[in-house]
Amino acid sequence: MSAGELVPSGSKRILITGLSTYWGGRLAQALEQRPEIETVIGVDSKDPTRELERTEFVRVGTEHALLRRVVMAAEIDTVVDTRLIVDSTVAPARDAHENNVIGTMNILAACSGSDSPVRKFVLKSSAHYYGAEQDDPGYFTEEMRRPHPPQTGIERDILEAERAVSDFERKNDAVRVTKLRCTHVLGPDVKTSHTKLLSLPLVPMILGFDPRYQFVHEDDVVAALAHTVHNDLPGVFNVAGDGVLAFTEVVGLLGKTYLPVLPPVGTGLAAAVARRLGIEIPPETLNLLRFGRAIDNRRLKATGFAYRYTTGETVSRLGEYLRLHPILRDAEQPYRYEEEVEEFLRWSPSVRDSGERGQPRLNPRQLVELQKAVVTGAPSVARFKPAIDALGGYDDLAEDELVAMLDSLEADQLSQLHAHERAGAARSAVLGAIEETLARSG
Amino acid sequence: MADERLSLPVEDPDRGASGDGPDRGTELARRTELRRQLPGVEPDRRLTDWGRSERVEGVMDRLLFDFFYNYWFRCEVEGIENVPADGGALLVSNHSGALPPDAAMIAKAIKEEHPRPRPLNLTVEHFFKGFPGFSMLVPKIGGVAAHPANVQRLLFDEQQLVLVFPEGRKGTEKLYRNRYKLRRFGRGGFVEAAMRAQVPIVPVCVVGAEEAQPIFAHLGLLQKLTGMIYAPVTPTFPHFGPLGMLGYLPAKFKIRFLEPIPFEEEGMHEDRSLVQTYAHEVRARIQENLLEMVAERESVWFG
Repeated sequence: MSAGELVPSGSKRILITGLSTYWGGRLAQALEQRPEIETVIGVDSKDPTRELERTEFVRVGTEHALLRRVVMAAEIDTVVDTRLIVDSTVAPARDAHENNVIGTMNILAACSGSDSPVRKFVLKSSAHYYGAEQDDPGYFTEEMRRPHPPQTGIERDILEAERAVSDFERKNDAVRVTKLRCTHVLGPDVKTSHTKLLSLPLVPMILGFDPRYQFVHEDDVVAALAHTVHNDLPGVFNVAGDGVLAFTEVVGLLGKTYLPVLPPVGTGLAAAVARRLGIEIPPETLNLLRFGRAIDNRRLKATGFAYRYTTGETVSRLGEYLRLHPILRDAEQPYRYEEEVEEFLRWSPSVRDSGERGQPRLNPRQLVELQKAVVTGAPSVARFKPAIDALGGYDDLAEDELVAMLDSLEADQLSQLHAHERAGAARSAVLGAIEETLARSG
Repeated sequence: MADERLSLPVEDPDRGASGDGPDRGTELARRTELRRQLPGVEPDRRLTDWGRSERVEGVMDRLLFDFFYNYWFRCEVEGIENVPADGGALLVSNHSGALPPDAAMIAKAIKEEHPRPRPLNLTVEHFFKGFPGFSMLVPKIGGVAAHPANVQRLLFDEQQLVLVFPEGRKGTEKLYRNRYKLRRFGRGGFVEAAMRAQVPIVPVCVVGAEEAQPIFAHLGLLQKLTGMIYAPVTPTFPHFGPLGMLGYLPAKFKIRFLEPIPFEEEGMHEDRSLVQTYAHEVRARIQENLLEMVAERESVWFG
C-alpha cells in the first residue's frame, strides 16, 4: 500500500474504551482537536486521568450490556480499544487477565451484531505478541507468529485478546479491524517498567548479553492511534521507532552505566532477589534482556505515517527528561477529575468562556458560527464576545483554521470575508483559499 | 556454522494486511515500496541496526584476522571480480574446521582484494544468540542469525552481501577423513532465498580450512557439559583449553570465487524443482572446483 492510496475514513463518532488509561486519555485529547470528529465518548470504570475538553466520560467498565446501550444510543462508528495491560508491573496478574481477555471479549460483544453501528475497531496491542526467543528473526513483520508458545501471563493474555479480535473480524464483515502492535514506549509522561529500569542509576543487564532493543516515543504511539482513526487501515501494523540499538548503546545515550549483574543461568531467580530489593524486572522483560527484539515498522510508514522520533532520539529525550526531572519535580500539579466541575464546565449555560482551562478553544461548530457572526456582523456577535477576546479576534486565527472553515460559509459571506481579509492581514494563502472555494461553489 | 534451514515456514508474505491477493505484480510493488521505507542511516552511531560494530570489527581485524590472513594461512584469492561491486549477492561456500576460519577469511578477502570493499554478513546458527559472550561478540563482527527473513531483508531490502554455508553444522562436524567431500546442501533454502530476493549466487571454494583444524573425533560428554554445539578433538583441543579452539595449523588457504549465477527473473522461487536443480548445480560447481584445486595443490602447507 503506498501513501497515495490513503483512504480518509468516515470515522466521526468515536468511542474510546479505557479512557482513564494513559493511552485512552492521550488519544481523546488528540481527537477532540480535530473538527471532523463529531463526538468523542470515553468509557472506563475509573476517573479520567487527563484533562479533556469535549470528550464525554461515561463510567462503564466492560459490562457489555451497558456498553452496547452506549454504542447504540450514540451511534458510534469507531471503537478504539486502548485498554490492554501490556506490563505486568501495572496490575496483579489476575486483574490483568480479567481486563485483557474477559474485558476484550465483552467490548467485542458490545460492538458485534448486524444492527451494530460500529464500522471500525482499533486495538492497541503490544509487540509482546511476538515474544523474544533465541531463534527469532532480526525483525518481526506483521505476518509472523512467535516461534514458541508464551511463557508469561501477560504474553498469553495479549495473544488471547488478539485472537478474540480476529474472531470478531471474521464474523463481522462490515467492521474494519486495525491492530497496532507497539514496541516498548518511552517518554517523559508514560510510566512503564522500562522507564523504571532505565531510570536506575546503574542499569542491570544479563552477563554476556547485549540485546537489540527498539523503542517508540509516546507521542508517536498517540499519533499512530489517531492515524488509524483518521484513515481506513484494516490489518495489523507494527509501531516502533526507526533504528535498533544495542542495550549498551541505550544506556550510553542516557549517560548511565550498565552493570551486568544478572547471571546468564538462573536469571529468574536473580530477578526475584532484585524484586525483593525493590528493583522490578517483570518476567516478560527477562527474555528481552537476553535476546532482544526488533519489529519491522515499514508497513505503517508505507501508509503515509511519519514517526517524529527514531529509537535513538526517543532514548535521548528520556535522558533529557531524567536529568531535568529532579529539578522540575513539583512544578506541575497532577490533574484530578471532579465530576461536578466537569459537568458544570461542559453544560452550564453560565459558562461563557473556556479560558479557565488551558488553551482557549471553541469546538468547530462554534468557530464556524463565530466566523459567520464576524463576517456578516450579525447581532449574535455579542454572545461570542468573550470568546473572541480570548482568541484575540478573528485576525489572529491561524491560516489553516480559517481555511478549514471556508466550506461551511455561504457565497456572499465568502466575498465579504475576502474583502475583510484583503483590507486587513491580506494573507495570500487565505485569499487564495477563499477564491478557490468561491470558484468551486460557482 | 551456518544453518541450512533457510526456508523456515515464514507465513506467506503475499497475504498482506491490505488484503491484496498473491498477484505477482502487486507483490513486487509492495516489496519495493517497503524497501523505500527502510530507516535512514544514523551517522553518529557506532553500531548498525543489526548490531554490527566497526570498532569491534577493527579490533578483531588487527588482533586476529590480519595475522591469520597474511601470515598464517597466506590466503591466495582467485576470481574476486565475481563478487558484485554493488547490489545484493548471496555467497555460498563449503564449510569446515571446528571453529571455522573460512568465513572470516572470505570476509577479509573481499576487504583486501576487492576494488570496492564491502561488508559481508555471515549467517550463523541461532545457537550463538543464546550463548553468553558469543551473543555479544558475534553480531558485532557481522554475524546474523540464519533466519530466512534476515537473509531476505539483507539481500533484497538492504542490497548487501550475505555468506551462507548450506552444509551448516554437517560441514564443520565432519571428520578429517571426509575432507573436501561436500555434505548435503540442505533443502535448497539458500537458492530460494536468492531467487526471492532476485540477487545472484556467487559460489565460493575454500581449500586449506580442512587441514587447518582437522577433527579426529567428537566428545559427547564434554559437549553436554558445556552446552556447546559440539566438542571436537582437534590437534589443540580440548587439551589446551578453550583457547585451543583457535589453534589452527598453518595450512595454505586458497579461496576461489566462481562466476555468479543470476536470478533476475521474478517468482522463480515458487518452482520447487527449479530450486532443487539450482541447489544441485551450485553444489556440483563447488565440488568440481574443490577437487580441481586440491589436485593442483602440491603441498598442504605451501600450496
